[in-house]
Amino acid sequence: MFVAPDFQQLRARIAASGPEAVERALAKGRLELDDLAALLSPAAESSLAVMAQRSAQLTRQRFGNVIQLYAPLYLSSFCTNRCAYCGFSAGNAMPRRVLSFEEAEAEAMILHDRGFSHILLVSGEAPAKVGVEYLETVALRLRDKFAAIAIEVQPLETDEYARLFAAGITSVAVYQETYDRTVYDQVHLAGKKRDFDYRLATPERAATAGLREVGIGALLGLSDWRAEGLAMGHHLSYLRKAFWRTGLTVSFPRIRPAKGEFAPLMPVSERDLTQLIFALRLFDPDLGLYLSTREEARYRDGMLGLGPTRYSAGSCTVPGGYGDTAATGAQFEIGDQRSLDEVSEAIRAKGLDPVRKDWDAVFQQQDQGRRRAA
Amino acid sequence: MLTIAGKTFRSRLFTGTGKFSSPEVMQEALLASGSEMVTVALRRVDLANPADDIMRVLDRDHFFFLPNTAGARNAAEAVRLAKLAQASGGGNWVKLEVTPDPRTLLPDPVETLIATEELVKAGFVVLPYMNADPILALRLQDAGAAAVMPLGSPIGTNQGVLTRFQVAIIIEQARVPVVVDAGIGAPSHAAEAMEMGADAVLVNTAIAVAGDPVRMAQAFAKAVEAGREAYEAGLGARRTEAEASSPQGGLDFLRE
Repeated sequence: MFVAPDFQQLRARIAASGPEAVERALAKGRLELDDLAALLSPAAESSLAVMAQRSAQLTRQRFGNVIQLYAPLYLSSFCTNRCAYCGFSAGNAMPRRVLSFEEAEAEAMILHDRGFSHILLVSGEAPAKVGVEYLETVALRLRDKFAAIAIEVQPLETDEYARLFAAGITSVAVYQETYDRTVYDQVHLAGKKRDFDYRLATPERAATAGLREVGIGALLGLSDWRAEGLAMGHHLSYLRKAFWRTGLTVSFPRIRPAKGEFAPLMPVSERDLTQLIFALRLFDPDLGLYLSTREEARYRDGMLGLGPTRYSAGSCTVPGGYGDTAATGAQFEIGDQRSLDEVSEAIRAKGLDPVRKDWDAVFQQQDQGRRRAA
Repeated sequence: MLTIAGKTFRSRLFTGTGKFSSPEVMQEALLASGSEMVTVALRRVDLANPADDIMRVLDRDHFFFLPNTAGARNAAEAVRLAKLAQASGGGNWVKLEVTPDPRTLLPDPVETLIATEELVKAGFVVLPYMNADPILALRLQDAGAAAVMPLGSPIGTNQGVLTRFQVAIIIEQARVPVVVDAGIGAPSHAAEAMEMGADAVLVNTAIAVAGDPVRMAQAFAKAVEAGREAYEAGLGARRTEAEASSPQGGLDFLRE
């Protein structure tokens, strides 16, 4: 099982990296964790342009001139956790909603008709409203209409993941939010999510269950982003070795200073975010890297081709918000309001191909006998 | 002329549709390459849909489509994908790729052999992507593979024919065509494989991510032709010492 390194030690290791360590890391083919620490350090800030070049070249070689597109589909805003930073937090007075199966399908069909083939199902943690049974039913209803269906919901057990895999779920994203235990305890005020270690072991449970792809991430703005980056490096190294069949992805959700009510505890600038993305790309050239609509169009356009490989478009973070544009109760503010076609055009303008389908439901259509045990 | 499973090809350069900056660039590059055999990832295309972004720019009268099973982790998935391709009009040819490690995309020899056996039984023309293992090449050939496709180096690495020694043994032993697939990063690599006696090479990344994919496609076409011609002309053997071009061989003492 993955054991999170001590956060303060990670910070110390990064702080100890000087310009020589940065130079060494940039001269290397395969990077080690010490090299990642150097690239995340303040000493690497003056090398950001070199890192950008290297990151762009690695991304192009490994993924080609393409960007994969997806859209989130919010199923429910109910949540039993109280998290200081989240719009869905149990304490927040807001209209809550869980989509019926018909409503979920209707929302999905809107995305389908807009041209999406990869979707991400999202919900707060409220197992009584959105449990495995619910997710399984939604997956079975949608599997024939989409090439890939990912989930970003509460942590589940291994057998539950196996059940969802059999129902057509392709990948699982679970963000640790922060690898800093002290801050983790401060911002997770109540609910199951308070259990740091259970959450940390979630990617392993999903990989054990056979999911094609597992995504990790830190909510940027909670603690020192440099140490979060190094902690993710440790986590990724562990997962690569233990689950060599599983594809790995990283997301970079950033609490943006100007938006929302929760002020970041340790603000992360665009420049910081950029350094983090390049450092992880150089550390692991095969990572799928997400850049969501949390970020503004200007930044997302600027980063095209430099490292991230997956973009969302036309996102709405309110359950039912695609069909009912007046619906309120968003999880967070969207920074890039453009439609799928507009984002696709921006991708083409950079000489990249916006790819809508790069998977197929057939991979997971198992024999009838194994399809559903219940 | 190269013949695989009764079908002949004038060009010995096989190409792929991945990683291009747009369908239009891909179309132009593939036309410039002179390639007649193009592999398409089943996970990426919708074969049944003529409006699919890849399908709409590639004329199937001009290009022979070789659907591939990229993304399959085991034999069962690969077989399922191949059958799906056939059902949606993809024909009965398949480039078999079973790559359980999403990072290196190296082929699984055990599952590849199992899938080859099953697909041959089901009537497919199977071209398996494989590591450059001579015994595996023989096993796949015995299982009914129509060609074998050993890798030059891991896919997408552009490192060239690092498996040169093994590929040479495979070429020497094979009864079926040998197509060097993966890792061909420069026209010189392609020429090298062809000079060794490979029947064809498959090139995708090196063309798709080139500064000018169309000109790179032309460069590969020339290299493949040159390499093949050199092979057919009979290359002089390589030596470790210099030798006079009018040899005496130290035998000038002989009287009769």
